[in-house]
Amino acid sequence: MKNTKKLATLSVIVALAMVLSFLESRIPAFVAIPGIKVGLANIAVIFTVYKLGAREGVLISIIRVLLVSILFGSTVSLWYSLAGAILSLIVTILLKKYTKLAVVTVSVAGGVSHNIAQIGVACLLLETNIIVYYLPFLLLSGTVAGIAVGVASALLIKRVKLEGSR
Amino acid sequence: MRELLKKHRKDIIIISIFLVIAIASLSLTLMTRENGEKVRVTVDGELVGEYPLHLDATYELRGANPDTEGEVTNILVIQDGVAYLSYANCPDKTCVNTGKIKYTGQSIICLPNRITITVVGDSDGGVDLVS
Repeated sequence: MKNTKKLATLSVIVALAMVLSFLESRIPAFVAIPGIKVGLANIAVIFTVYKLGAREGVLISIIRVLLVSILFGSTVSLWYSLAGAILSLIVTILLKKYTKLAVVTVSVAGGVSHNIAQIGVACLLLETNIIVYYLPFLLLSGTVAGIAVGVASALLIKRVKLEGSR
Repeated sequence: MRELLKKHRKDIIIISIFLVIAIASLSLTLMTRENGEKVRVTVDGELVGEYPLHLDATYELRGANPDTEGEVTNILVIQDGVAYLSYANCPDKTCVNTGKIKYTGQSIICLPNRITITVVGDSDGGVDLVS
């Protein structure tokens, strides 16, 4: 893909990821546990990793986290989100590269690792292990959300044609 | 359908393992929990107070947020055996939205102000739940 075209494509995907993040922040928490969310923006990241490549996926993910934190969050939530985004990204990229697992499975593994990373950072920041209590809740929500996000991503990867993409 | 199952056998097994672990650990947590006796409040990792759950009261908490040094950052309310935060000065309000807690091990966390509020039992710190 030519550079200009690639830049335009990546920009559109970042914008899309941010819209998804915003939408998600508007959904009222249906369970009273922090950290439980669908992770809609991950659709954009998985799509990018599969369609454009790992490097582009990293770019999209980090730019999204930075922008969303600046617009809607605080400095603390930046570290928190960044840790989740990076671990889930690493898991996604490695599974895609070295296994033949379906997108849904990769998405579940990514979602669960996202939650684990966030709990880890929260424990470090607060110097406490009390949050470990919530790990089972986050495991379940991460798996279920991962399935939903994975199905959506798989459909997009199959249907959307990008010029010069894989 | 059978072909699809065969092709994605590994995926189905992996997702099932995730679900089983999640549901098992969740049921274990839900079955072993009990009503707490008091809440333990820490700021920046240090214990600042323990308040009984059977005593209705309101407490002003001062978190360790460099931007709002010395101000009241969160307000803790204890009412009818449950604890919750009624006010937080941070933008995300995650701690307020966490809602009411009363079982040992449950906690409310305010990351920006570095405050944790944990329900503990009478004698121990509810530590055996996580250790």
